[in-house]
This record gives sequence, structure tokens and C-alpha cells, in this order.
Amino acid sequence: MDAFLTSRIISDVLEGLTNGVIYGLVALSLVLIWRSTGILNFAQGAMPMFATYIGMVVFAHKLNFWFLAAIAIVAGFAVGGITERVLVRHLYGKPELNPIVVMVGFLIVLEGVAAAIWSTTPRGLPSPFSPIDWHLGGQPFALSPFAVYEIVTALIVMTLVACLFRFTKLGLQLRASAIAPEVSRLLGVRVGRMLTLGWILATGVGTIVAVLVSSNFFTGLTPQVMDGIFAFGFIAAAVGGLDSPVGAIVAGVSMGIILQFVGDFLNSNAIIVTALIILIISLMIRPNGLFAKSTARRV
Amino acid sequence: MIEVEELSVSYGAVQALRDVSFLAETGKITAVLGANGAGKTTLLRTISGLKESVKGNITFDDHSLIHKKPENIARLGVGHVPEGRGVISEFTVEENLRLGAMMAKVDLAAGLDEQYAQFPVLGERRKQHAAKLSGGERQMLAMARALIAQPSVLLLDEPSLGLAPLVTAQLMHTIHDLCASKGLTVILVEQNASTALRISDHAVILYLGRVVANDVATNVIADENLRQYYLGMVE
Repeated sequence: MDAFLTSRIISDVLEGLTNGVIYGLVALSLVLIWRSTGILNFAQGAMPMFATYIGMVVFAHKLNFWFLAAIAIVAGFAVGGITERVLVRHLYGKPELNPIVVMVGFLIVLEGVAAAIWSTTPRGLPSPFSPIDWHLGGQPFALSPFAVYEIVTALIVMTLVACLFRFTKLGLQLRASAIAPEVSRLLGVRVGRMLTLGWILATGVGTIVAVLVSSNFFTGLTPQVMDGIFAFGFIAAAVGGLDSPVGAIVAGVSMGIILQFVGDFLNSNAIIVTALIILIISLMIRPNGLFAKSTARRV
Repeated sequence: MIEVEELSVSYGAVQALRDVSFLAETGKITAVLGANGAGKTTLLRTISGLKESVKGNITFDDHSLIHKKPENIARLGVGHVPEGRGVISEFTVEENLRLGAMMAKVDLAAGLDEQYAQFPVLGERRKQHAAKLSGGERQMLAMARALIAQPSVLLLDEPSLGLAPLVTAQLMHTIHDLCASKGLTVILVEQNASTALRISDHAVILYLGRVVANDVATNVIADENLRQYYLGMVE
């Protein structure tokens, strides 16, 4: 294998990994909501976008990036909590189509309101790290300080979420509320609060993604900034299994790398087609997702 | 002590309980017996807050349980082991117990040790998923999970369901011992009337949602009509 091809493959893997962790985080946020409430949140891109506008634009002239990011994440928590309490709570136990229609409508409303308030012009947000690739031996290395920041942030978030669910009392209650709400209530768990917390947590994770994407020099913040990423994150969640956080992350990262190769070696127009083909094939092999457990449940 | 007064519950047009009244005394086992559809499970679900009553009252010590949420009733010290056992299959034995201990005021490690001493098989399988346990082990886990919260009242819904006779006998023996040693108030719903009556102090018999007998267990055992017509116990 010649040096050029080797370098190209390494570049694709690194760029794919950078995109993949973003898809993985979006998929993870979808899985968190699906596991806790059984709702497929089609506004899971728009809600973090809205929170990011609140944090990054309203206060943009007064504070540095890290404070803005913190405000956006807190706004994300608030948007998630308020949405669950005001909108989603009325959808529990309703026919499956109801939450889908409501959340698609909510996506359209949020994007419309954001466009009306902040316009559709991309906002260049302050970026904490350079998006310019490092050079190795005089050649660009396909890895920038910003990409490393994205990957490290994603790994930290994934680790924190995993630790929360695996090692804490709160995580145990969140999992129990999602799997067996009635039994959990009989054990004293405040299931309603846990469901709200699930939405708060998921929207917080989504807002971290929105902040990462919007503060990328090449992207900026628009009302539709999360649409494409949500589509790939959604496909990753479906491929990995909507009830599997590990599946969401593995599928997200794998898709990021595969699609990067497709874009580089075939055609960038083939990326979305390939993503859909991956989705169709994986659903034909395992309809519940590659990492999903059996749907039969004994409680 | 749990006091149920003129409790009526319905599912739409179907009335499941009609003016049910009885007293479950502290430290005693009260068996609630009756055929399928008599309203036994509905009664327990109403006591633990899972089902709203139409009218009547339920009092636990000085607290009215009517219109309280299940989680608040559990926090008052009413443990409910539901029909079908209700263990969380996706959790390990220890995770199930940790969840049960969430409301306990005692140290988690001490609580786990106590339950593993009471049910040694759970200690041996603490890292296993509950899905891999046998029916009897799942029942023990469900009871241990309720007991680790140190409840004052334990509601047991068909604990012998699907268990072999020997396992059922051991389970009833355990329930009796727990009641005696911890002063637990137990309301035991059972279809297996003879097994339940053997360990109970008091018995309430339901028929189509109404109380047709409310007496000490020995009197119910001695009453041939009750045994024959309502409990299906033939000599």
C-alpha cells in the first residue's frame, strides 16, 4: 500500500471518528428518551438547537465560550424538562402515532420560532480551538485541535452517562422507571420525576452536540443546524437498537467512519444513500437493532 | 394496622369491589381468599395506590391511603409484592435488592447481608440476572426486595402462583416466620386457600367483589359451607 493511500485511509478514519462520535451522541440522546418514555423524539435536534441559541446568542456579547456553553447546556436541561412536563406528559399511554405527530410538529414550531427570532443567517460562534488540521511531515493530518476537543468531549459525556446509569442510585431509579414503572412506584421510586429527568438528561446531551457543531467554524448556528446530524443520529440509533446506549454509540461511530470512506472513495452524494442502505439491511437482519435485547420481557 | 372501610372500586361499568371492610391487625397474617375475579388483586392494588377507589377509606396507622400515590404509600412502609412477582428481569439480583433498599433507613450492606442470610440462594446468585432465576427464586427475590425496605405492612399477591408444592410450603413457612419475628402485618392474597389458611390468623373471603366471610382463620377452616362453596375445598 503506497504512502498516499495509507495517509488517505488514516485521514478518513480520523474524520469519520470525529463525525461518528457526534452521531453517536445524538443517537445516545434518542435512546435515553426512548428507554425512559418509549417516545421517538423527532424534535431531539431542534430542542438542543433552541437551547444553543438561548445560550450562545442571547448572552454572546457578554461572556466567553465556556460560560456560553454552560448556559446553553442549562437551557437544554430546562427545555427538556419543560417539554416533558408541558407537552410529552399528556402523550403517555396514547396511540403510538400521537407522540410522533406531536414531536414532528414541535420540531417545525421550534425551527420556525428560532428563525423568526434569530433569522436563518448562520451565526459564527466563538470556538475554543482551531479547526485547522495539524501537519505531520509537512502534510495535513486530518485531525485538528477542534476535532480532538469534539472526540474528548463525546468520550467524557458517554463515560459520565454510563457511570450515572451503572453506578449511581439515580441511574438505578432511571433504569427501573423505564423498564418497570409500576413496580418502581411500588418500591417508592418517583417515576414521574425520573421521566422528566430522562428528558432533561437527553436534551442536555443533545445540547452538548449542538454546541459542538455550532461552534465549528465551518458550520455555524442556524435553525436547521441539527437536521442532517439528527438524521444520521436517528439512523445510528435505529441500527444500534433504540434500547441500547452501547449500540447507539457503536453504530454512530461505525457509521461516521463508513460514510467518510464512502464520501471520499465514491461520491459525497452517496453518503445519505449508503446510510439508508445500512439502515435497511440492519433492520432486515435484526428489526430491533443490532444491539437490542429481545422485546419479550418478563417482569 | 390496615383498616379497610366500605371500599368500592370499579373498572368502567364493572364493579370489582363493593363495600369491602376488614381489619388487618399488626403482626398478624390476614388471608384474602376467593375465586378468580373475586377482587383480591384489585383490593391489594387499591391499598397500594395503583387503583383509585370509588368510595370508602383505607387507613394505615394514622394515615389515610386514599388518593395517595403508590410511591408515597410505599414510603410510608407498605410493601407490595405484586402478582407475577414483579422482579426486574433485566437487573441482577443485587440491583433488584438495591432498588428495594432505596427507601430503607438502614445501611445498604447490612440490609443486603440480612436478606442473603434469610434467602441464602440469593446471596449465591447476587450477580446473576433475575431472568435466570427459577420461579421460586424469583419469588424469594421479590419478597427480599420488599423486605429490605423494612416495611411495616407486606401485601403478597398470589406468592405461590406457579410454584411446586414443596417450594410453596417453604415459602409459607418463611412468611409465617417473618411475620412472627419482625411483627410484620401481612395481607396474603391466595387462591391456594388451604395453604394460606394454615399460616393465617385471620381470613377474609371475597365473592364477586363482596366480603362473604371475615373471621379468624380457624373458624373459616371449621366452616364446611365456606370451604365448600367459596373456597372449593372438598374433603
